[in-house]
Amino acid sequence: MTHVLDRPAAVAAPAAPTRRTRLGLGRPIPYGRVLGPTLIIVVWSVASATGALDPRILSAPWTIVRTGIELTENGKLPESVLTSLQRAALGFFFGAATGTLLAIASGLSRVGEALIDGTVQVKRAIPSLGLIPLLILWLGIGEEFKIVVIAVTIATIMYLQTHAALTGIDSRYVELAEAVGLNRAQYVRKVVFPGALPGFFLGLRLAVTASWLSLVVLEQINATSGIGYLMFQAQNYGQTDVIVVGLVVYGLFGFVSDAVLRLVERRALAWRRTLSG
Amino acid sequence: MATHAVRVNGLTRQFQDRKILDDLDLTIAPGEFVALLGRSGSGKSTLLKAIAGLDHDVTGEGTLEVPHEVAVAFQDSRLLPWLRVLDNVELGVKPGRGAAALEEVGLQGREKAWPAELSGGEQQRVALARCLVREPRLLLADEPFGALDALTRIRMHDLLRELCAKHRPAVLLVTHDVDEAVELADRVLVLQDGRIGLDLPAHDTDRTHLLSALGIGAPA
Repeated sequence: MTHVLDRPAAVAAPAAPTRRTRLGLGRPIPYGRVLGPTLIIVVWSVASATGALDPRILSAPWTIVRTGIELTENGKLPESVLTSLQRAALGFFFGAATGTLLAIASGLSRVGEALIDGTVQVKRAIPSLGLIPLLILWLGIGEEFKIVVIAVTIATIMYLQTHAALTGIDSRYVELAEAVGLNRAQYVRKVVFPGALPGFFLGLRLAVTASWLSLVVLEQINATSGIGYLMFQAQNYGQTDVIVVGLVVYGLFGFVSDAVLRLVERRALAWRRTLSG
Repeated sequence: MATHAVRVNGLTRQFQDRKILDDLDLTIAPGEFVALLGRSGSGKSTLLKAIAGLDHDVTGEGTLEVPHEVAVAFQDSRLLPWLRVLDNVELGVKPGRGAAALEEVGLQGREKAWPAELSGGEQQRVALARCLVREPRLLLADEPFGALDALTRIRMHDLLRELCAKHRPAVLLVTHDVDEAVELADRVLVLQDGRIGLDLPAHDTDRTHLLSALGIGAPA
């Protein structure tokens, strides 16, 4: 083997190996994600300060902050927020409960599946917001109507995700449950429910987004209270600052609710954390 | 005490028109370690599933006498990822004996771990512990070491041999590894054309004989 060492030096690898050109993106810029939004706010502020941006098109950032404080102090904003939150929360609660119960009934028994699944699949094809005219005829335009529309939207989403998760349990786990002699109740408790939990949480997160979407739509038709109503009125008077305050509140709703759900999900699915590293 | 742990008579299993098992007979004595070899698709797993009672929606006939206390080890450890190690071991049995079984497979102190926190070899040990707590009279193992690296596999062989010597269950080990079969088993079977084509005591089995039964010719 010594002849390998006798090779002329010119053929040997260079002292420092040449590094290939990096094709990946490389290291991320620190705080990079905040950069884009900050830049927009800076441009917006400059445009407002120099008068290049007409306040009738878009109010200055500081006007919006001031309006937000005023609306909070005179109680208008907290009242609207509470009204909107109550609608969304009630709709979400009833919808999630109904959707999940239907999914369990349909996912755990063939009779349930025969009765429920087809019906929900038909409903799925019809956008929930398309039911609004019919529901107005049935329920009027009060709070009940709004809560029902949100609940129907949520129930459909929760049903689809939870049902898919319940019926999609890995067949290897079903075989294991049979091999270790679990009875049906034990099988459902130890295998099906925990196995379906990730799908259930996915449903919750999709549902919470959808509930805000439904809320926004509902509050712009025939509402007499709530964030949407506040914004609708502001539109009539050309108050872009109030409209943006409303948008910020909607944004916070979405952001906070998703963060809370993520936190609950992390706790409930602690066994998964080790999988993702 | 029964003279056999398992008795299979005239077992037939078919999928569509293809007969996988064709009038198969097999008897395993109590405490006997039997290895089952066969080419892929020869019906090894079908036989194991039939004995385990895990074959639904298949057509076939034959009689099976199988003890009540059966444990099954799969190729993957098949631990439920959402149950801690101890709960996986005690799945389907009264709690209490899991910790002792974990100690027997060398995993004392890992009761509270999640399966995903264990290495492949450790997961397969947990699966063995899950078999142990059932105090099986029959252990059915479907290539339980197939997914392990060579070194881990050797250690698992030693562990399995040790545990079997201590608890004396009858064992039916499905494997594609001739050396593993000869090393671990008392008796080696080769499944051919849906029946037991070859049935030899392991201690004086000629390896080339087994290989040729599996369709691998001896080197010229």
